[in-house]
Amino acid sequence: MKALGRIAPWAYLALMLLFIFLPVLVLIQFSFQGGLAPVPPFDGPSLKWWAKVLANRKITDGLTNSLLVGLGSALVATMLGFLAAYAMARQKRRLSAFYQFLLMAPITVSYLIIGMGLQITFNYLGISKSLWAIGIGHVVINLPLTFAILYAQLGEHQANIERAAYDLGARDWQVILLVTVPMLWPGLLAAFFIAATLSWDEFVIAFLLSRFDVTLPVVIWSMLKSGLSPELNATGTLVFVISILAVGVVEFLLWRSRRSNV
Amino acid sequence: MSDRVELRQVSKAYEGVTVVETLDLAMKAGEFVVLLGPSGSGKTTLLNMIGGFANPSAGQVFIDGEEVTDLPPAKRPTATVFQDYALFPHMSLANNVAFGLRMRQVPKVDRLAKAAEMLKLVGLEGYDGRGVHQLSGGQRQRVALARAMAVEPKVLLLDEPLGALDLALRRQMQEELVRLQRRSGATFVHVTHDQEEAMSIADRIVVVNKGRIEDMGPPDRVYLKPASLFAAKFMGESNVLAGRVIEQSGGEVKVDTGQSVIVVRGDSPVGSAVHLALRPEQLLLAPVPDGIGLGRGRVEVLSFQGTHCRCHCRVDGIDLVLRAPVSASLMPGQEVTLYAAKADVVLLRR
Repeated sequence: MKALGRIAPWAYLALMLLFIFLPVLVLIQFSFQGGLAPVPPFDGPSLKWWAKVLANRKITDGLTNSLLVGLGSALVATMLGFLAAYAMARQKRRLSAFYQFLLMAPITVSYLIIGMGLQITFNYLGISKSLWAIGIGHVVINLPLTFAILYAQLGEHQANIERAAYDLGARDWQVILLVTVPMLWPGLLAAFFIAATLSWDEFVIAFLLSRFDVTLPVVIWSMLKSGLSPELNATGTLVFVISILAVGVVEFLLWRSRRSNV
Repeated sequence: MSDRVELRQVSKAYEGVTVVETLDLAMKAGEFVVLLGPSGSGKTTLLNMIGGFANPSAGQVFIDGEEVTDLPPAKRPTATVFQDYALFPHMSLANNVAFGLRMRQVPKVDRLAKAAEMLKLVGLEGYDGRGVHQLSGGQRQRVALARAMAVEPKVLLLDEPLGALDLALRRQMQEELVRLQRRSGATFVHVTHDQEEAMSIADRIVVVNKGRIEDMGPPDRVYLKPASLFAAKFMGESNVLAGRVIEQSGGEVKVDTGQSVIVVRGDSPVGSAVHLALRPEQLLLAPVPDGIGLGRGRVEVLSFQGTHCRCHCRVDGIDLVLRAPVSASLMPGQEVTLYAAKADVVLLRR
């Protein structure tokens, strides 16, 4: 009975993790499939599908486009998020709560609605579907996140540190560049990588706002239309691995910033 | 000599709530002033108005005769040591201490030399390259002090800087503060709610309560002859008797406390309501010349404190605390007669 009590939580944990990760593990395994179909029995391992992926212009172009949109939109979202968070945290106005609500609101709206709205707006403004359009869309969806992450890092303790800098004679821009930004560095990087990861994975907006240059998720979707293949598994694995790496970086940065804030 | 800091008719209200009532306060060059009061008394607001972190709702602030009321902190010859130290976490200690000089465009070599000198002054010689995270609370406190003093402020403002330190370290830092203050010649304005800390470091204590100055003066005077009931109670323990003046003559008044009539020094019109305050160590078990009797009572609670016995006595239904010498070897239930020197009794008008 006692042994069961000790094992049960671990068994539960293992089951939960299996439930979450099994599909991904299967996806990864069958990217090394030897035959034509990514279904059991497994007859690999073989790297032939990986070679095919890396030789496929559509996929490598999608990869480059995704990276461009991801890094670019994350950079813009982080900068805008920082400025908004700084203003909200340091300039308490009567309507602050309302502005914060407005900044956070897009997080509750589905990507489909945002994508449609952007499509209509861009159409009206004469902005054609392009990587730029996708990038703007991704800034829209990621701004609430970068804002929330950075706002949380700008507490009273940080405000006091900035006060100390003012007290010692620093001007506004010196406080921001020499104190706030360096102090917030881990948070800024974390916000950047989270935004980049979400943009990297995002399909709906990328699909609605692209025509000729498409991102990797859109490439995968168009490949899916012609049926399953281990090549798709390899592409999916690629997306997954890059996301995981970015998440790892984020976790590491946040862990370090928590440790240094004691 | 003119005043280093002068608050003239200043008051402060936040959203209609008055935190500092209209008051005047002046501090001399080289003076160590402690603003003492409970939390929410307005003492930190007073400090912030000198440092420029809060603007008075009315009134003016002068430093060395120049009006600074509307100047931001950066433009004032003040520097602040914050309660949570507020060190720059991403900079080495040397760069922390040199920050103010960097803002004043002092060349790198000179400012780092000054930083090293300041770190040495606070007992952290050779710590220049260390990071803030490698330091203990006491060490961070010293760095914060060195950083504020590196810009050679005319006025150094300290906002409960020792609050987070343990007792032994606090004592040590109190002595260090006094040493640094004497050495720099700057005016130190120190905020605390700890009356022992205030007494051990201050040239002058300003007792603040509910946005008003209750008392102000050298520590011994404020302790022995507090100007108000609040000051008497906040500056350590006090026995307080309420009474009414029934006779006044020749610098003495007769006070009827309901149980007994006590003659004390002081002035107050006949019929006025007063308080009489006495420190526990001023209550005596034997009569003294030019003394007064406070009546017979019974020892109720005794606790041995090493240097003395703390003793609660009930005299005429009133609980009095005294510090009895250990040699008196009092026992609970014992009958005692209490006396005090006439000069020790503080007469406070209500």
